[in-house]
Amino acid sequence: MGFWLEFIPSLFMGLLTTFELVAISAPLGVTLGVALGTARVYGGKVLGSIARAFSALFRGFPLIVTLFLVFFGLPELGIYLSPIISAILSFSLCSGAYISEYVRGAILSVDEGQSLAAESIGMSKLQEVLYIVLPQAIRRAILGISNEIVYMIQYSSLAFAIGVQEMYSVARTYNSLYFKSFEIFSLLAVIYLAITALVTLIFRKLRKRIEPYSDSKAEFIE
Amino acid sequence: MPSIYSFFRYIPFVVEGTLWTISLVLGGLVIGFFIGLSLALVQSFGGERLKKMLNIYIWFFRGTPLLVLLSLFYWAVFPSLGLELSPLETSIAVLGMRSGAYQSQIFKDSINSVDYGQILAARSIGMSNRKLISYIVLPQALRISIPAWSNEYAVILKDSAICFALGVMEILTRVRYVSTATGLALLPYLFAGVLFFILTFAGTGVMDFVYRRAKIPGMLEGLR
Repeated sequence: MGFWLEFIPSLFMGLLTTFELVAISAPLGVTLGVALGTARVYGGKVLGSIARAFSALFRGFPLIVTLFLVFFGLPELGIYLSPIISAILSFSLCSGAYISEYVRGAILSVDEGQSLAAESIGMSKLQEVLYIVLPQAIRRAILGISNEIVYMIQYSSLAFAIGVQEMYSVARTYNSLYFKSFEIFSLLAVIYLAITALVTLIFRKLRKRIEPYSDSKAEFIE
Repeated sequence: MPSIYSFFRYIPFVVEGTLWTISLVLGGLVIGFFIGLSLALVQSFGGERLKKMLNIYIWFFRGTPLLVLLSLFYWAVFPSLGLELSPLETSIAVLGMRSGAYQSQIFKDSINSVDYGQILAARSIGMSNRKLISYIVLPQALRISIPAWSNEYAVILKDSAICFALGVMEILTRVRYVSTATGLALLPYLFAGVLFFILTFAGTGVMDFVYRRAKIPGMLEGLR
C-alpha cells in the first residue's frame, strides 16, 4: 500500500512532464514541418537544398542519437541546454523533419491549375502559397501530422536517457527500488495506451471537420 | 578539452556494434514477418472473433512505447513465464512482436490490392483456401509489399538504438561507453548517426535490388 501511495503521485508528476514535453514540442514540430515542407517545394536552389538536407539528416538519425547529440554534444560548441530544453529541441527537429515529408507531398498534390489561376489574377508567389496552396495542403497532410504527434507521445519516453523526470523515468526509478516490475510497467503501458487512444480520438474529430475527404484507412489505430 | 584523436582508436570497437545492430534488425524483421503475415492472413480470410483478438494485439504493440515494451518484457513478462532471456534475446523478441503489428498492416494492404476477380476465379476452379493463398495471393502480395517493407526496415533500424536501455552491445551503447571513456560527445554521437545513415541506405539499396529482381513486368503497373 505504501508503495502505491508513493508511486502514483510521482507517476502523475511524470505524466505532467510528459505532457509538457509533447505540448511544447508538437506545435514547434508542426510549424517547422510546414516551413521545411514549403521550402522544399518553393525554396529554390539554396533554401530548398538546405531544407532537403535538414530533413534527410533528422529522418536518418535515430531520435535517441539526436537527443544525445543535443544534450551531450552541443556543450562542446559552447551551447548548454537543460535536459528538458534539449528534449523539446530534439523532438521538434525530428518530428519537423518527418512532417515536412507529408507537407511536401500534400503541396505537390494541390492542382497546378490553381497556381496558374492565382498568378493570372495577379497574386504574388507569397500570396499564392499562403492563401491558396497551404490551406489545402495542411488539410491533406493532417493525417500524417496527427500520426507523427502520436509517435511523439510514445518517443517522448526517450527523454529519460538525458535525465528528464517524465513518466518512464519515474517508473524506472521505482522499478529499481521496489522490484514491482509487473505492476509498474503494465500500469505504464495502460496509461500510454489510454493517452494514445484519447489523442487518436481527438485527431479523428479534428480531421472530420477539416479534412477535404475522409480517408479512415490509413489511420494510426483503428 | 580532450583531444579528438583519442576517439579514433575506439572506432573498431564501435563498428563492431554494427553486427549487434544488424542482429537486432534482422531478428526483429524476420520474427515480425511471420507474425505480421499470419495476422494479415487471418484478418483477410479468418473469422470475426479471431480478427477482434488480433486487433487487440496490434493495438497493444502499436500504442505502447518501445521502451515500455522492452522494460515490461525484460523485467516482468519473460521472468514470470520462467524464461531467462538475455537483453539481446529480449530485444529481438520485442522488436519482432512490435514489428509484427506494423507489418500486418503492410501485408493486409498488399493482400487487399490483389485483384478480387482472381480470388473469385481461383474459387470457381475449385481451389482450396490454402492453395488460393499460396499460389495466387501471396506470390503477388509479397512482391507488392517490398517497398513498404524497406520502409519498415528503416524504422526498425532506428528503433534498435533504443535497445541501449537494456545494455545490448549495439552501436549506441558502445558509443556511450566511448563517450564516457574519452570525455568526447559530439564526434562519437555524430559517428553513430553516420553509421545508422549508412546502414539505412545499404539496407534500402538491397531491398530496391530485390524489388527489381522480383518484379513481374507489367504486374504492378496494372495494379496501381
